[in-house]
Amino acid sequence: MAEVSLRKVVKLFDGGVQAVRGIDLDIADHEFVVLVGPSGCGKSTTLRMIAGLEEVSDGEIWIGGEMVNDIPPKDRDIAMVFQNYALYPHMTVFENMAFGLKLRHFPKDEIKRRVDRAAAILSIGELLERKPKALSGGQRQRVAMGRAIVRDPKVFLFDEPLSNLDAKLRVQMRTEIKKVHQAVKTTTIYVTHDQVEAMTLADRVVVMNHGVIEQVGPPNELYHHPATIFVAGFIGSPAMNFIPARLSNGAGALRIELGQGLSLPVPADRTARYAPHRNKKLLFGIRPEHLTETTRTDKQNLAPITVELDVIEPMGMETLVHFRIEGTPVCARVDPAAGAQAGQPMTLAAHMDQMHLIDADTGKVL
Amino acid sequence: MADGTAALAQTGAARSAAGPRRGGLHRMMRRQSTTAFLLCLPLLALVLGLMIFPAFYAGWLAMLNKSMERFVGLGNFTFLFRRETFWNVVWQSCIFAITAVFFKALIGFILAHLVHVLPAKGQRKWRGMLLVPWVMPLAIGTLAWWWLLDPSYSAFNWVIRAAGGENIAWLGDTFWARFSVILVNVWYGAPFFMIMYLAALKSVPEQLYEAAAIDGANAWQKLWHITLPMMRNIISITVLFSLIVTFANFDIVRILTNGGPRDTTHIFATYSFALGIGSGDIPLGAAVSLFMFPILGVFAIFILRGVRRRADAMG
Repeated sequence: MAEVSLRKVVKLFDGGVQAVRGIDLDIADHEFVVLVGPSGCGKSTTLRMIAGLEEVSDGEIWIGGEMVNDIPPKDRDIAMVFQNYALYPHMTVFENMAFGLKLRHFPKDEIKRRVDRAAAILSIGELLERKPKALSGGQRQRVAMGRAIVRDPKVFLFDEPLSNLDAKLRVQMRTEIKKVHQAVKTTTIYVTHDQVEAMTLADRVVVMNHGVIEQVGPPNELYHHPATIFVAGFIGSPAMNFIPARLSNGAGALRIELGQGLSLPVPADRTARYAPHRNKKLLFGIRPEHLTETTRTDKQNLAPITVELDVIEPMGMETLVHFRIEGTPVCARVDPAAGAQAGQPMTLAAHMDQMHLIDADTGKVL
Repeated sequence: MADGTAALAQTGAARSAAGPRRGGLHRMMRRQSTTAFLLCLPLLALVLGLMIFPAFYAGWLAMLNKSMERFVGLGNFTFLFRRETFWNVVWQSCIFAITAVFFKALIGFILAHLVHVLPAKGQRKWRGMLLVPWVMPLAIGTLAWWWLLDPSYSAFNWVIRAAGGENIAWLGDTFWARFSVILVNVWYGAPFFMIMYLAALKSVPEQLYEAAAIDGANAWQKLWHITLPMMRNIISITVLFSLIVTFANFDIVRILTNGGPRDTTHIFATYSFALGIGSGDIPLGAAVSLFMFPILGVFAIFILRGVRRRADAMG
């Protein structure tokens, strides 16, 4: 097990495409870090550079205190789980899991002991004699993880391992991966485009966009304190609402003007922070779950807004309501019992202590 | 599709039951299987006329006497068994086919790997150039080789002489004549193996190599543990196909050596031709040609059984 460090790592592909633009990242021993971002953000390329499957154009990658830029994958002591499992179709499950150990000349009884142990952790003991063709998607994924576990490597690398599974199995396997990490505690770097996977699995989440790291932090920090409009919009489902806004001084207090006559008070503890941005183009950011029905308007920092609802989406445990403010589509999460109806006005409460104010020009959260 | 067929069948059945009773031929024509059979009939007739009938006719011919007037049973076969030349032909056919197929497969495999690792831009150009021997008419290619190996004008001998060596009787000495016919066959057939193996190489998922690299495999171990097992089916099928074609080869031996020197380069097809057409003993020629069936049949059974088993296991 080991810590991993990336120092100003750059990846430049033929044709001048810069996939990764000088990223710095330190991953502690035993840590579970998830790289998340949209397609083409450079997260998989970063993982492949750590694995040694892509050359580093510039910068340094350190694993366990050793610079590995020029060390081939086989000598980096890492194990990787691929999106398409990459199981050897002509080998049985046992042979697939034992392959890496066999190449490293482990004694036969040690290979058997390790494979049996990994098979027990992953509950695939009865599948050892089968070929990958005879396994379901979830079982194949387990075998791919087993192949990584038996090696007892310094670092586990996961490249979108759950993307090929159906939604139900994905949730199940997510739990399995978390369980495995709790059991073996190997440093893990996990790539996904699914922010739910990132939030549920990670000790720390690394949000990437256009080859740079937008923000690094624990899931809750990213959710509650995003640093940029990209992180604010990427983390959370449904995504955060962004409504054009400006600041005004109304009745002696700082207020956020949204148009359509909607004016919301800035929480007192943020007045000093927001006051210097009075003349800037701003965006008011608020998550759907922080726009709710008004049953608790007596509470501090809840500001009522009345809007006309366009669309209602009942989800069972909650109802999503959609409306527009000055032409900008907005989504709110309300209680199914709140009686929301399309085409009817509804008064919602904005949880102002959960709001964000974003500089529209720089995209930074103020 | 199956549902559609069932629905059609049901509709057909309902109409037959409801409508007036038609003639038997009309009912038979309405069956999809009958229509399918009738559509395939021209092709079946062609196969029967050009392949099955000549095969059985050869079997019948092989049991007639030289003037094709009298039934002699297995007489032609027992006659052949007693001739040393025939056993030489059996031996030479096996040596010719096995050696040529082995080298075609080996060179094709190496060429496929070399082309596979070339950048995509230059790959097409090399692939096209390497395919030239295979797309060229074999008779013309072999004539060019005949010129290169000719005792008087041999370009090879010119090079050997320039290097201080002595002339080699490429087509006049048994060893070199055998070497030459195999060489030309390999030159002609290796591009076919190359293109088949190249296609197979491209179908091996890149992630398997990446997984193997991370598992600790070096280049040879990747070749041995990933490439070869993943290509085993295509290797088996190309080897079988090539064995059949090489066993039945005619042009190269006919043009280069005509079976000589002293019948030592004859293979089944050329020996059959020499006996049947050259010496006018068509039944004996037919008997020789029939020997290819059992030999190739045994190969085909073993190879195809392995292919099916692996295909089932790997999916």
